[in-house]
Amino acid sequence: MADHAAAAHAHTPGLRHHFVDMDQQRESARLGMWLFLLTEIMFFGGLFTGYAIYRFSYPEAWRLASHHLDVALGAINTGVLILSSLTMALAVRSAATGKKQLLILFLIATLVFGLVFLGIKAKEYHDKFEHHLIPGTTFEAEGPWAHQEMLFYCFYFAMTGMHALHMIIGMVGLLILIRMSMNNKFSPEYHPHIELFGLYWHFVDIVWIFLFPLLYLIGRHAA
Amino acid sequence: MSTSNPSPNDRRQHYLNAAYGLRSWLLTVDHKRIALLYLGSITFFFFIGGSFAVMIRMNLLTPDGSFLQAETYNKFFTMHGLVMIFFFLIPSIPAVLGNFLIPMMVGAKDLAFPRLNLLSWYLYIIGGVMALSAAALGGVDTGWTFYTPYSSTYSNGNVVIMGVGAFVAGFSSILTGLNFIVTIHKMRCPGLTWFRLPLFVWAMYATSVIQILGTPVIAITLLLLAAERIFHVGIFDPRIGGDPVLFQHFFWFYSHPAVYIMILPAMGVISELVATFSRKRIFGYNLVAFSSVAIAMLSFLVWGHHLFVSGQSIYAGLVFSVLSFMVAIPSAIKVFNWTATFYRGSISYDTPMMYCFGFIGLFTMGGVTGLLLASLAVDVHLHDTYFVIAHFHYIMVGGAVMGYLGGMHFWWPKITGRMYPEIWARFAAVIIFVGFNLTFFPQFMLGYLGMPRRYHAYPAEFQVLNVMSTAGASILGLGYLIPMIYFIWSMRYGKPAPPNPWGATGLEWRTPSPPPTENFEEIPVVTEEAYDFEALARRDAAALRNEGELQNG
Ligand SMILES: [Cu+2]
Repeated sequence: MADHAAAAHAHTPGLRHHFVDMDQQRESARLGMWLFLLTEIMFFGGLFTGYAIYRFSYPEAWRLASHHLDVALGAINTGVLILSSLTMALAVRSAATGKKQLLILFLIATLVFGLVFLGIKAKEYHDKFEHHLIPGTTFEAEGPWAHQEMLFYCFYFAMTGMHALHMIIGMVGLLILIRMSMNNKFSPEYHPHIELFGLYWHFVDIVWIFLFPLLYLIGRHAA
Repeated sequence: MSTSNPSPNDRRQHYLNAAYGLRSWLLTVDHKRIALLYLGSITFFFFIGGSFAVMIRMNLLTPDGSFLQAETYNKFFTMHGLVMIFFFLIPSIPAVLGNFLIPMMVGAKDLAFPRLNLLSWYLYIIGGVMALSAAALGGVDTGWTFYTPYSSTYSNGNVVIMGVGAFVAGFSSILTGLNFIVTIHKMRCPGLTWFRLPLFVWAMYATSVIQILGTPVIAITLLLLAAERIFHVGIFDPRIGGDPVLFQHFFWFYSHPAVYIMILPAMGVISELVATFSRKRIFGYNLVAFSSVAIAMLSFLVWGHHLFVSGQSIYAGLVFSVLSFMVAIPSAIKVFNWTATFYRGSISYDTPMMYCFGFIGLFTMGGVTGLLLASLAVDVHLHDTYFVIAHFHYIMVGGAVMGYLGGMHFWWPKITGRMYPEIWARFAAVIIFVGFNLTFFPQFMLGYLGMPRRYHAYPAEFQVLNVMSTAGASILGLGYLIPMIYFIWSMRYGKPAPPNPWGATGLEWRTPSPPPTENFEEIPVVTEEAYDFEALARRDAAALRNEGELQNG
């Protein structure tokens, strides 16, 4: 019995010592990743809850404040992220079919789209700075809802900032995956890193899909 | 670690003598060794948190609180709460006993993610170092609850370092819970169905669910609090329309379920002890298993009972009150099923069982007084008094710590391969029980009479009860030192432990004490229900026969 297990381990590269077989290892990793994403949902959930409560309390302030956001840049970024999700999905597919060159290409494409997103985000942050929309003593807004508009921008920076942080972590992950792909670490049978990272990347993408309408679009036309 | 004291254990390879040296411990991925890393570190934090408690009780010996300055007193009760909750109670049973036992109880070689497990320990240590440096750099005076706007705007303490420390330790808790859930789902050995699992595993599963769902919320809350303190503006800031009470909602959304992160594992331990020392299957196994899951789910629906006097709507208060009462149902199911198991059981009174009796009594007191606090009108009178302090210490110290100590005594032979001295252990259990009640029972009375919590001085008429409480705390402190001493003593001089000293049924008792690194020589196959003592007796008899034949032949 023990000899059998030892033999199985010797013939299966990538099988870690404490798993019985590859299926068990794969399923464990997958479940672990989904649970991790669940914790991420709860993490962002706190921000979304706070957003919802204050939006309900100060709808007018939310409407006024969202007018200062650049819908065009937000929309472009949404497109860029959706494209990056596509290239990531294609990367997973290339890994499954064993096309190493394509895999590397799609990973790099994902990385580039991520960089473009962060670049545009940085420009938006810079614009907010120029327009004195950073919460704090320099914040400039007029009218009866000036204070609450600042509250909106607290959420804007907290939510997009947390999202950007997840993007940056994702880009580090992509760099590692590109390196591993170049070193032939993956095969059609064994590429869990690519697959699980794909889940993470799509999750970060989906967070943005919620952030874009909540921050940029809702209330804009309700004047 | 020396060879001068040979015993049968020393000749066999096991997880303790598999490798030597600091590196072999700090870089280990063996869940059993990581459990011991946690054991050392949480014991350290227990005594840190305990020394703050000693100073609090010293100060309250006299009505004018002459021992400590008022500000210092605030910092000490804050540190006592933070250290005990985030760095002792939350990791205690899960990270020590859960880490050690879950892979063995499910018949696996390790947790699903051994390296993640080691990372969890390092995160815990980083969080702990940050907490201690916050204390050393001047302390935090917000109370462990960090309520805004005091914490975000007015407090002069090191709120950011402390908050980030708790944030980092929170990730350790999340990753441990994640590791346990995956292990319990995917790593069970052949034949081990969900309803054959030991109830400790069910309890740890429910705990892990709370850890992964609740902790991320406190994580983002603490980050937002830290940001608000650093940038002097944030979402809890009333000057820009923010709501400080929202912080209380977020805080208790995690921190009420966190109470169950502390008590559910203890309930799991108690289920094991009740079955083993009554030599009977737990009465109503399924109900006890499901009650853990029910507690985990209900725990997320009751946080508002901490906000009855915070300006929360009366209707919300009503709903939270009713929901809080409902938690009593699964908790009572457990207590009644344990006591029903005693009925016609053949009960023995070894030390773990003494802690088990202590737990059942004290937890029941803590639970019933919790119902008083969950009633809207009564809470207006008792809120923020010593009644609350007494209530949650009955749950957390009378419940969680008793369960932890009971579990430590029960599994100590398995962990170290040595027996602890039974007479001393029973003596300590009695001392701890007496000391505990003398410390905290007077606090129920103090609270009922109206003594508020978190004040460094009090009216003279409260002195008698406070002196009783301080005297009890001294006895309790002594009681905690005794096991500390004999446990260390027993590692070298204790009697060598057989594989199954208690005649218990779990898989962990089918492997030598201490276990080999891979836990089992062969992956076990389970063919019987949990707590099947008749099957155990049959197996033992068969093993004896085999041995006899071997010797004769
Ligand atoms: Cu509560």
